[in-house]
Amino acid sequence: MVDTFIEVRNLSHSFGVKKVLDNISFQAEKGAVTGLLGPSGAGKTTLVNLLTGQLKPDTGEIRIGGRETGGGRPGIMMDSFGLYERLSVYENLKIYARIYRVPERRIDELLKKAELSGAGKTIVGRLSKGMRSRVNFCRALLKETDILFLDEPTSGLDPATTEKIHGMMLEEKSEGTTIFLTTHNMHEAERLCDKVILLNEGKIVEDGVPKEICRKYNSENKIEVVLKNGEVHRIKNADESAGAMGKWLSGGEIVSVHSSEPDLEQVFLGITGRRLWE
Amino acid sequence: MNNIAIIFQKQIKDILKNKTVLIEFIIFPLMAFIMTKTVQIQDMPAGFFVKLFAVMYIGMAPLTGMSAIIAEEKEKNTLRVLLMADVTPAQYLTGTGGCVFLISMAGAGAFCAISGYSGPGEKALFLLLMAIGSLVSMLIGAVIGAGCKSQMSATSVAVPVMMTFSFLPMLSMFNETIKKAAEFAYSRQIMVLMDGLGKGQDNTGSVIIIVLNMMLFGGLFGVLYKKGGLGGN
Repeated sequence: MVDTFIEVRNLSHSFGVKKVLDNISFQAEKGAVTGLLGPSGAGKTTLVNLLTGQLKPDTGEIRIGGRETGGGRPGIMMDSFGLYERLSVYENLKIYARIYRVPERRIDELLKKAELSGAGKTIVGRLSKGMRSRVNFCRALLKETDILFLDEPTSGLDPATTEKIHGMMLEEKSEGTTIFLTTHNMHEAERLCDKVILLNEGKIVEDGVPKEICRKYNSENKIEVVLKNGEVHRIKNADESAGAMGKWLSGGEIVSVHSSEPDLEQVFLGITGRRLWE
Repeated sequence: MNNIAIIFQKQIKDILKNKTVLIEFIIFPLMAFIMTKTVQIQDMPAGFFVKLFAVMYIGMAPLTGMSAIIAEEKEKNTLRVLLMADVTPAQYLTGTGGCVFLISMAGAGAFCAISGYSGPGEKALFLLLMAIGSLVSMLIGAVIGAGCKSQMSATSVAVPVMMTFSFLPMLSMFNETIKKAAEFAYSRQIMVLMDGLGKGQDNTGSVIIIVLNMMLFGGLFGVLYKKGGLGGN
């Protein structure tokens, strides 16, 4: 039986006359990574703000770990850093360690995990964007928590830092932490998420396991075969293609075979007519 | 209490590295010291430069200190993160206000040291007046900080406000109309009370105006706070 950790029912929220979220409902499993995908302005950050109790919904219900929002203490990493630039990395983290009442050795553990042990005394204002992002992630992990909300954690970061943060996220997941991730990076979602929710103009247009969504929208049902002579064939994934495939295989002519199923970006484009990175 | 102490200590560390804020707490006592030691004019009232710069100091330093800190924390999202970490707005304001007040009073102590006031009673009253003036200025700074979304907008509002309160007492010495308008400003009344120290004059009017100023800016802060909180978003 699936253990639901986040449950959202009929949630709506408006800013003035603009309806940002329109009657959305979804569930997220305990210990899983749930990704919220959508282009800028889709309502992702508003949803995170509602889930973390920073905003109160106009209508609807949110339950996290069986509690109403605002009662718990989730770990939160926002899209902006929110670090004190004149203070050192260690001083920044120490402020929150004291607020959360966690021992200072936890700071050392996290800095080591983020490969920032040598940067403890560095003034935050002198750090690169990637290092600041890792400090921000460390702050979100300072509090021993069962749920992490990560709002665009790798936006604008170099591949090495992105990889490092992905690694830290997966490590947290392996320790049983539920992760709610917002992103407009489909590769990140496909790699990390057990479930994705596609949000467009405040409405959920699709949700489910990434691969299953992609398979569901594979209307062409074709296979792309690249041969050694450079030819590319798009053949139907059916009995009628068996002859051609058999011939190429027996002749050792095949370089690669790809399914024609769409990725999440193409699925989103097909449903909404918009790109995720818009 | 723990969170207030954490915010207070953080603000002390941060403000000591923030030269643009710190300079205002240093420059006025320094100017008063230099002018007192170097300028001697016949018939100049005792402690003239100390009172002049002390009133400018309380009109500027705590006001800009408070508004700059809050506005910077809003602009850089650090306030939002603190509030999400279960620090209440009241704890934040108390910790931050405590830090600005302590640094203000350190400057006030420097003024007191060069003031020339003789007895401990006069010195204590001088420090009390500096404390009251600083508190009103901090309230105004909190109003500006809570009402502005960025450091730039806070500065553009804070500069004319602090200039008004800082220079009104001095300008009122030269013009009767300005003097009449200045009577409603707490900074002018602080100067009146400083002038009257040790003279046994009736200060009821001045005290009432200062209390009314406090109520006005406290009320304004309350309205802004009710409307948009501390504006962490």
